[in-house]
Amino acid sequence: MSETAPEATPLPAALLLAAAKRLGMSVLPFVVVILVWQFASLFFPRFLFPSLIDVFWRCLQIFSDGSMFADVLATIFRILAGLAGAFIVGGLLALLMVRSRAVDNFLSPILTLFQGIPALSWVVFAIIWFHGVEFRIFFIMVMTTLPAFTFQVLGALRGMSKDLMEMVFSFRPTRMKLFRVMIAPAILPDILTAWKVNLGNASRVVVVAELVGATGGVGYQLLQQQQLFDMAGALAWTLQLVFFVLIVQGVLTLIENTAFRYRAVAERSL
Amino acid sequence: MSDAATPDSAIHLEGVSKVFGRAGTETAYRAVDGLNLDVRPGQMLALLGKTGCGKSTIFNMIAGLTEPSSGTVRVQGRDPFADFDSFRGKMAIVFQDDRLLPWRSAIANVELGLEMLDIPAAERRTTAQLWLTKLGLGGHENDFPHALSGGMRQRVSIARAFATNANILLCDEPFSALDESTAARLRAEFVRLVKENNKTAVFITHSISEAMEIGDRIVVLKRPATIAYDVSFDGDTGRADRELIRSRIGEVLSA
Repeated sequence: MSETAPEATPLPAALLLAAAKRLGMSVLPFVVVILVWQFASLFFPRFLFPSLIDVFWRCLQIFSDGSMFADVLATIFRILAGLAGAFIVGGLLALLMVRSRAVDNFLSPILTLFQGIPALSWVVFAIIWFHGVEFRIFFIMVMTTLPAFTFQVLGALRGMSKDLMEMVFSFRPTRMKLFRVMIAPAILPDILTAWKVNLGNASRVVVVAELVGATGGVGYQLLQQQQLFDMAGALAWTLQLVFFVLIVQGVLTLIENTAFRYRAVAERSL
Repeated sequence: MSDAATPDSAIHLEGVSKVFGRAGTETAYRAVDGLNLDVRPGQMLALLGKTGCGKSTIFNMIAGLTEPSSGTVRVQGRDPFADFDSFRGKMAIVFQDDRLLPWRSAIANVELGLEMLDIPAAERRTTAQLWLTKLGLGGHENDFPHALSGGMRQRVSIARAFATNANILLCDEPFSALDESTAARLRAEFVRLVKENNKTAVFITHSISEAMEIGDRIVVLKRPATIAYDVSFDGDTGRADRELIRSRIGEVLSA
C-alpha cells in the first residue's frame, strides 16, 4: 500500500514568468484599443473621438463627485437587485421543474416565450403597468434575466451525476444535508457561469431601462451626454458600468479559482 | 450446504421480483423473479452471476434505493425502501467505482457518512483519519480525488463505508476496475476489516475466484435473478472441497 501519485513541482521563477506572460496577454488587447483610440483622437473632432486623457478626468470627476457617484451606485444596486431577484425566482422555478414534469411542461414554453420578448418591450410594459421607477426597473431586470437563470439552474440540476447522487443517498441524508453536501457544490460551477453571463446582459438592459424610465443612474446620465453631444462624458459614464462588470467578473473568477481548486488541470490545453 | 430462512436474519428477501417497465407489456423486463434469500448476521455473502443477471438490482433493493415490484425485503427486520431514513448509519455501500465527491478532499470524503449522523467535527476528523491510516492513506488526507490513483481512490471509498461503523456492508464489485495485484491486496484488506469488525456483508462479483476468496457463502444467480446454487463454507473447508465447489459454480454458470 505504498502507491503515490507523482506530481512535478515547477520552479518559482518559471511560475512567475508564466504569470507575467498570462498578465501581459490579458492586458495586450486593452492596450491596443487604447492606442488606436488615442491615435484617432489626433485626427478627428473632439465630439467624435475625444482624447482618453479627457475621458480619464471625467471618470475621476464621477468618482469624486458625491451626487454623480450616487448615480453609479444606484445603477449597480439595480443590476444586483435584479439579478438576485431573477436568480432566486429562477432557482425556485428550476427546482419545481426538476421535481415535476407537469410543472416543467407548463413553465418551459412560457419561459421560452419570455426569452423572445425584447428588453425594450419589457420597458414599455413596465412603464404602462407600474408607477414606481425603482419597481419598474426591478421588474424589467427580473423579466429579462429570469429565463436564462431558470434554464441554467435547471440544466445544472439535471446534469448532476446520478452515481454521486446515489452514493450520497446511500447515507440517508436529510434534505438540507443533501443540498449542502451534494446539490450546492455540484451546481455551483454552472451558477457562477450563469451569473457571469447574466451580469453582462443585465448591465446592458439596465441602461435601456434607465434611459427611458429613470431620473437617475448611468442610463439617465448617458441620455444627458447624448443631448449635450458630449462623447467624453458618454464614454466616462459607460466606463463606470464596464469597471463594475470587470470588478464583479473578477470577484466571480476569484471565487471560481478558490472553490474549484479541486479540479484536475490538463497540461495540454484544448 | 444451503441456508434456510431464519427469523433473526440480518437480510431477508421473500418472493422478491422486480420488473422494469410496465408489467404485462412487451417492454417489461423481469430482472428478479421470486427470489428468496436470507443472510445471517456476521455472514459474508458473495452474490455471483454473469453480467445482466440482476445482481445490481438485488443490491439496490437491499440498499433501499429501488422498490421491489412484489415480495418482501427486510434488513434487520425493517423495509429498507419504506423506512429509508431509519437505516442512517446502519448500512454502508462500496460501489463499483469510487464515487468520491470531487470537490472534497480524501478526508472530507471519508467524513461524509459521519456528517449525516451529526457526529461532532473533531470526532469526525479523528475517525476519518484513523480509517485513512488503516487503509494506508496517511499523508494523503488533504489530496483531492483527482490527485489520487484508482487504487487509492477506491481505498478512500472503503474507508468512507467503514467509518460510519454500519453493521451491514453492501459492496458492488468494488475491485473490478482495479489491476489484479491492487485488487488482490484490497480484497485481503477488506476481508480482514469485515471479520475484525464483525460486519454482515453482501458482496457482488462476477469472478468465481473473488467470490471464493471473500465469501463464507456463495449464491450463484441465473437470469432473471433466481438462485441457481447456494453454498456455504468456512476456514475448515478443505482444498479438495473448495475445488469441488469451484468447479460446481463453473458448471452452474456455464449451464
